Amino acid sequence: MRRRVAPYLLLGPGAAWLLLFFVVPLYYLAELSLNSGVFGSYEFSWHWENYSDALQLYDTQFVRSFVYAGLATLFALLLAYPLAYTIAFKAGRWRNVFLFAVVAPFFTTYLIRTLAWETILSDQSPVVSVLDFLGLAPEGHVLATGGAVIAGLTYNFLPFMVLPIYASLERIDERLIEAGKDLYASAAQTFWRVTLPLSAPGVVAGTLLTFIPASGDYVNAQFLGSASNQMIGNVIQSLYLKQSDYPAAAALSFVLMAAILVLVLVYIRFAGSEALMGEEAV
Amino acid sequence: MNGQGGGAWRWLREHAVQIVAVLVVLYMLIPIAVIFGFSFNDPAGRYNFTWVGFTLEHWRNAFGIPELNEALVTSLKLAVLATLISTVIGTLMAMALVRYEFFGRRAANFLIVIPMATPEVVMGSALLSFFLLIGSFSLGFQTLLIAHVMFCISFVVVVVRSRLIGFDRNLEEAAKDLGANSFETFRLVTLPLIMPGIFGAAMLAFALSIDDFVISNFNSGTTVTFPLYIFGAAQRGIPVEVNVIAMILFFFTCATMGLATWQQRRAEKMTSVRPDQEGGVGAGVPAGAPAAT
Repeated sequence: MRRRVAPYLLLGPGAAWLLLFFVVPLYYLAELSLNSGVFGSYEFSWHWENYSDALQLYDTQFVRSFVYAGLATLFALLLAYPLAYTIAFKAGRWRNVFLFAVVAPFFTTYLIRTLAWETILSDQSPVVSVLDFLGLAPEGHVLATGGAVIAGLTYNFLPFMVLPIYASLERIDERLIEAGKDLYASAAQTFWRVTLPLSAPGVVAGTLLTFIPASGDYVNAQFLGSASNQMIGNVIQSLYLKQSDYPAAAALSFVLMAAILVLVLVYIRFAGSEALMGEEAV
Repeated sequence: MNGQGGGAWRWLREHAVQIVAVLVVLYMLIPIAVIFGFSFNDPAGRYNFTWVGFTLEHWRNAFGIPELNEALVTSLKLAVLATLISTVIGTLMAMALVRYEFFGRRAANFLIVIPMATPEVVMGSALLSFFLLIGSFSLGFQTLLIAHVMFCISFVVVVVRSRLIGFDRNLEEAAKDLGANSFETFRLVTLPLIMPGIFGAAMLAFALSIDDFVISNFNSGTTVTFPLYIFGAAQRGIPVEVNVIAMILFFFTCATMGLATWQQRRAEKMTSVRPDQEGGVGAGVPAGAPAAT
């Protein structure tokens, strides 16, 4: 008897908190998105036009969010894999130093890190001069461009890509890699046919952990972009907190969540679900 | 490739992965170096974006801006409370999920994963909609606390769960054989052994809370936390003291991390004292692994 009740007692407080302050609010978000009227006298009226209006007005920001987040995820993957690989297989006694460097950005405030990039990418900075010299900064100018926003997103979510990939690489049984070599595979063949597939769960988890927060982000676009680099997060934030146009903002927020959910489900169908469910697959 | 450069070229090619890794590490550390460097800057105007000259003034004056101090204190209070609450209820949830088979386990797992897969704007705006429509919450410290506990829980569960999965349950059996009751077993055996996991989870919750901007921005009312202060100040120029405080927090976190690692090593030593029990009862069965369904 006690064994049957115990898990529910343990689970109770946390589950209640999540239901009340995560699930129930989503219901209210949906309700608010179907309100009509003007500020101060919104009322519920199945006003589906909020969705079509919001999507028509802000479709560019929506597309831009997913393009920026997608590119940032791609760059993060390209940067993170060699780093995770080095930490797992080549770092030796430097391993902890590398791991420290990966989590160190978390020890400073997100906003200040982003503002530091504003300093680094400002027009007078030596970094921009170098980029200009390489022909990567048209008109000697990086800040307030899409490139700066994508660079900021890549930077801010990079640890979320490195850590899961490192974790899955570290778990690989090295005998499998040796077996590949014993069977006369070249280093490249071993990598593509043994190491990379075995690290796939980490790559899946990393891309999700990078893409999801990046697509909803508005801090990078705010500080590193210009008016023409606004993402959907900026729109939602400004509709809610500055213009008090709650129904439109709620509709956009709901669409963002639905779009991400669909993308994630499709992605997981392709890539397998063990990454998202964590150790559950054990 | 070309004559004498051959050796160097070969070395570069053999170490290409490591070289890229070192460059990526530099990329991750550069902003921290910039924040540190500019905490010694003596800016000409209100904007701390270009290097003017070296001064220790702002380190001496680190806590000289009343509004900034107030925001920092609010953030610390909020983070401590959110950490305590989320760590306790998250640990309980993790125990339930690892140790028991029960109806609704999959649903509970889903409930824990889904907040981590939701963008912060959505969570922030949903909570704001909830608070606005319910009407009985005034936006401020209490709504911030509700929000912070909410987004910390999932992370606590994930961290503690991974520690519990690697747990050798024979140790608990031993305690019971030696006459300990369930509570004593939990307090004297289970808790000390999963403590590093709980400690790690608490640190993560603290870091998430003190750093949160997006969800707080939606649900703070007129209450100002450290990140909200920075956001507000960004428009009119951020005082150099912000960099100083960011670095103080950075060094403080580094020290805590060091302590945590040390504690973890100690705990690992504790578990390794017991003799090997090759072929003994239950040897080789991963402890705490629930019968997979």
